[in-house]
Amino acid sequence: MKSKTNKILFYAVILLAGIFAPIIFPAYTFQLALLWMMILFALTWDILGGQMGYNSLGNILFFGAGMYICTIVQIGMYYDVAEYTAHFGAVKIDFTPYQYFSGLALGLVSAAIASLVFAVIFGWIVFGLRGPYFAIGTLGVAIAAGELVGAWDYVGGGGGISVPSYPGEPDDRALFFYALCFISAVSTFVFLKWLYSTRFKLALNAIRDDEEKAEAMGIHTNRYKTIAWSFAAFFLGISGGIFGNMTGFIEPLEVAFPTVTFGIFMVLMVLLGGKGTLWGPVIGAVLFHLIKEITWTYLLGWQWVALGVLIIINVVFFQQGIMGWVQDKWPDLFGISVDSVMAAGEEENSTKEVA
Amino acid sequence: MIDNLSLLGLAPLLNLQLFIDGLLIGSIFALAAYGLALVWGVMNIKNLAQGDFVIMGGYIAFTLSESPFNLHPILSIPFVFVIMFVFGWVLYQTIIRRVIERDLFTSLLATFGLAIVIQQLINLAYGPDVQTIRSEMAIREFFEGEVTIADIKFVSFILAMIMGLMITIFMKKSRMGRAIRATSQNARAARIMGIDTDRVYAFTFSLNAAICGIAGVLISMIWVIQPFFGITHSIRAFVIVTSAGFGNLIGVILSSLGLGAVEQFSGFILGAEFQQATVVGLLVGVLIIRQIIQGRQRQVVQ
Repeated sequence: MKSKTNKILFYAVILLAGIFAPIIFPAYTFQLALLWMMILFALTWDILGGQMGYNSLGNILFFGAGMYICTIVQIGMYYDVAEYTAHFGAVKIDFTPYQYFSGLALGLVSAAIASLVFAVIFGWIVFGLRGPYFAIGTLGVAIAAGELVGAWDYVGGGGGISVPSYPGEPDDRALFFYALCFISAVSTFVFLKWLYSTRFKLALNAIRDDEEKAEAMGIHTNRYKTIAWSFAAFFLGISGGIFGNMTGFIEPLEVAFPTVTFGIFMVLMVLLGGKGTLWGPVIGAVLFHLIKEITWTYLLGWQWVALGVLIIINVVFFQQGIMGWVQDKWPDLFGISVDSVMAAGEEENSTKEVA
Repeated sequence: MIDNLSLLGLAPLLNLQLFIDGLLIGSIFALAAYGLALVWGVMNIKNLAQGDFVIMGGYIAFTLSESPFNLHPILSIPFVFVIMFVFGWVLYQTIIRRVIERDLFTSLLATFGLAIVIQQLINLAYGPDVQTIRSEMAIREFFEGEVTIADIKFVSFILAMIMGLMITIFMKKSRMGRAIRATSQNARAARIMGIDTDRVYAFTFSLNAAICGIAGVLISMIWVIQPFFGITHSIRAFVIVTSAGFGNLIGVILSSLGLGAVEQFSGFILGAEFQQATVVGLLVGVLIIRQIIQGRQRQVVQ
């Protein structure tokens, strides 16, 4: 089939672009790594926001939790954490490569698992809330988490922790973390592509369309909601751990629980790209990252105003997003585009839902 | 923390001081919360820019007091009212009217964008410094100086109460107030009865902005304003409305006063940096309690 070859070619091009981009543009490695992370953010937010219709403003909670847990495991494996944080990063302790990589690996795994556990616990708290209460409640939980961590001296409090430094050249370091971001984003995408081809996605869509009816039809809504949230938390936890190591210094309000930056960006990226689709979040993330970098470079000082205006315009005038718009404009195109015919049919339903 | 707690036990008058301070500040929270209950109940708009309207009102008063007219903040209240009313009207015509009929998240996110724009514009204009307007009023001492109350706090309490009374009378007696109440009960029926609901919505939103602006003036006199403090005020308004429900003025006032007192006590016991954490923690707590109550009746909070 021609479309199938096209599809394979398309994925191959993206993968190759992802692998060679930091080699071609070495100066932008950090930005590119951040781009993959943004794609991961958007994809995980869309599990709830797009597919399940639960608009969370507090998903960033798992990002921060993962970041802190990863760092604590990394340090705690070889040193006393309280002693380490008491110096506020003033004392640099060198980790040997073995210590560093084993700590990082274990840290990322525990970050992912702990975030998942957090999602189950917080799911119990917030999933009885609907609509605006859910959005505000999750926002509240995320802000409160940041404040609480800031008050916890064991993890450095508001002063933050400096993450163990990478044992090697700065260039290698950049490439290493780029690779981690790339792999985590791609595996998130692959996982979601598989997940959205199962009955699980249909259950989530049923919850979005009418939760009471879904429940009446025998879907365990609370179980599905919690599982969906834990998937998002799992990947966000990993990305948090990676990001903490990438920046080298973590601190509760600006880096770990940035509710008004990353926390809102992920919502905005999905809305920009079109929610409830697989590719929408990816396109939205790429576009948003470009817009953000351009405004941050050329409109310095006004970048936040530009961002706010972008939110308003996006939400008020262009809520179906790019994928939704393309869908409306050229419905024929979708049969032969990257999405399968099945998925395109589903997206039609979802755009109707949004409109 | 334990030290501060035992200090409260040792000096009972300190409790009184914190309690009175809390009540006096809480009365101002009631204004912004009532505004939120108004737009929420009438238009079904969850306005996350509520706190930024408050801060904006404070900065308008600040500008007037710094200007050549050297206007006292209390005298600037009518000007702030008019300016914020017009501002609210413009916002309604450009943005809000397009999100009324949409789903719940749209209004939340649109007003969140609005909040970012407002706070950033204020930040660009005035810088991130904490500001306060000096009211130049006396500070009274009671119990041999153990309890002090600034006159201005008392005056602002009275002003907030007068404002609340005026709004209540307006809603009960005036034609527009009746139209607003009719629209909130059943918008379609109101339209059939010849009420121009679009105008009612515009008026409600503008009135809310104006009320918030006045709350901001009072806040700027007795407390501090800063471009990024808006979000805390918004969350406060949400805490109050979520616990009191809309259309329940007494409930709004009582929970505002309670919130003010709780904040003062927690600020004293835990430290000032926990102010926002307290408000947010209360919000989460209120939501959980409501959820437990609803869960007993096999319902959800929506």
